[in-house]
Amino acid sequence: MINESRRGFVGKAFGAVAGVGAVASLVAMKKTWDPLPSVMAAGFTVVDVSNMEENKLNIVVWRGKPIFVLKYSADMKPTEGRNVKIGDNYFSVMIGLCTHLGCIPAYREDKKDFKCACHGGKYTDAGVQTFGPPPRPLDIPPFDLDGTTLTLGKDGAAYKELMAKA
Amino acid sequence: MAEFNKAENLGEWFDQRLNTKAFWKTMMSEYWIPKDINFLWAMGALLATLFGILLISGIFLLMYYKPDVNLAFDSVNYTIMQEVGYGWLFRHIHAVGASIVFLVIYIHMFTGIYYGSYKKGREMIWISGMIIFMTFSAEGFSGYMLPWGQMSYWAAYVITEIFGGIPFIGGDLVVWIRGNFYVSDATLTRFFMLHVLLLPLGILGAIVFHFYTLRFPHVNNQEGDFFDYEVESKKFLDGNKKESKVINFWPGFLSKDIMVINIFMIFFFYLVFYHYNFAMDPINFDKANGLKTPEHIYPEWYFLWSYEVLRGWFFSIAGISGKDLGLMAFAFANGIFLVMPWLDRSPTVAPANRRPYFKIWFWLLMLDLVILTIFGKLPPTGSNAWVGFFASASFLILFISLPFITNMEAKKAGGKQ
Ligand code: HEM
Ligand code: FES
Repeated sequence: MINESRRGFVGKAFGAVAGVGAVASLVAMKKTWDPLPSVMAAGFTVVDVSNMEENKLNIVVWRGKPIFVLKYSADMKPTEGRNVKIGDNYFSVMIGLCTHLGCIPAYREDKKDFKCACHGGKYTDAGVQTFGPPPRPLDIPPFDLDGTTLTLGKDGAAYKELMAKA
Repeated sequence: MAEFNKAENLGEWFDQRLNTKAFWKTMMSEYWIPKDINFLWAMGALLATLFGILLISGIFLLMYYKPDVNLAFDSVNYTIMQEVGYGWLFRHIHAVGASIVFLVIYIHMFTGIYYGSYKKGREMIWISGMIIFMTFSAEGFSGYMLPWGQMSYWAAYVITEIFGGIPFIGGDLVVWIRGNFYVSDATLTRFFMLHVLLLPLGILGAIVFHFYTLRFPHVNNQEGDFFDYEVESKKFLDGNKKESKVINFWPGFLSKDIMVINIFMIFFFYLVFYHYNFAMDPINFDKANGLKTPEHIYPEWYFLWSYEVLRGWFFSIAGISGKDLGLMAFAFANGIFLVMPWLDRSPTVAPANRRPYFKIWFWLLMLDLVILTIFGKLPPTGSNAWVGFFASASFLILFISLPFITNMEAKKAGGKQ
């Protein structure tokens, strides 16, 4: 009898220690797969848009992602909640990753639209989807505006205004 | 300890210590295989051989491969392909092997479906096989990333992005899997670990388990015949080999398997030496560039059917976006084969051609998979998009209707009996 209850205690003790150990190991394993702090530390990218050409796509890199900066020509109409005015021109500032599965759409200057080669998605010059599987417009990254200088990664007044309208 | 006499020969020496003679009997010379089978039953042994070939060629590639975004591309395309003696040979063997192993896996799987080898006691064989298939798919995907070419990069990108479709946690999950906001060095090193250690170990374990699951139900035969193995093996051992319905695994069954493997190897090395290009995409000879998507992205041929199921949904239905529909269809396609034994509601174990309704279902499925595979590689524009949609929808309909079809078939057969 005494032996049986001792065995029962040993069994429960083993279960408890193994359970704590298993949970602790899982946490450690999950953390090992987490992105490193150096990666997570927010990066900022500063762009000067004053010398950009009209209707030519500029791509800058922010946190490893391509960011589209497109300066509109006079004949291109802005879209509510999508474009920002810098100086005399409207601009599209968008994360250049297809909202379907993340390919980089190409800008077609003649048609003034974006075409994604992966699954045939299409967007307007303001990044609004018009055809294919993309479920939503191209995302707009947080940015701050100071004269003609864009700081990506910082949510400034112009960005908040844009988000409120969208 | 039992008493030991001096061994007469080496065989006896081992037998005294490891009981090798009894082990050999149980595993090989008195393990029974039905006689009424054809070359399609050699696919299992062929797969085991191909796995060995992949393992050995992989070990040699591992001697020079460097898992680092700055070094990986050149370590493969320059060091292994041009400098290492016969490095090109191991690379071609590994690439062609990885492609062909899927061809043989598909033949093996559809043989199982055709003959109904997944039910009436054989469910665990089927499930262990599907575990192998899923791990093998992950192995193929992670290996494709390693040369760090354009296709490596963008396949990794698109496939990891798929997890972003999972509600609530999707976005964080993608970053977690990649170890960065985008496919980067952290992604390469962790998938390298998976490809060379964890997944091969898992596959090895799953293969051993697959063999174990075969032990008690035994393999099926061309007629779906059930018989008493005790009785039939006794006939064999008593010398009535002609009358017996079984042969021994060794040498009876394996000698024929080895014949099939030999013929296959001639074909395999013909591909390795003269037609390896199908397994080496030209786009992957450009180094990975995270800021330039290639014109047209497609996976290796063996993933095309499920890729097309994903892509087929390009418009929203009932307020659900095309993207979400595609993801749901994709998840369905990748999980549904697992429950095959329960979708087939008919108790009949027989070749498909002898089952009035299942026959039609089986050949429609084959046709649909071929269409999905062909269109999975074509650009998804114009009418291609619609073919993709209908083929993808047909895939879902085929599997959803299977329980009803097989139920009807069972009732019809029941009425006759
Ligand atoms: C590397 C991968 C694999 C290896 C080495 C392997 C090996 C084998 C072997 C040696 C046999 C017995 C001989 C034969 O019928 O061919 C067998 C049978 C079988 N395997 Fe696999 N297999 C693999 C993958 C799979 C997969 C992916 C499936 C499908 C889900 C599968 C399902 C089956 C079934 C249903 C049988 C029984 C066939 C029958 O009873 O006639 N196997 N396998
Ligand atoms: S990733 Fe652009 S359409 Fe699919």
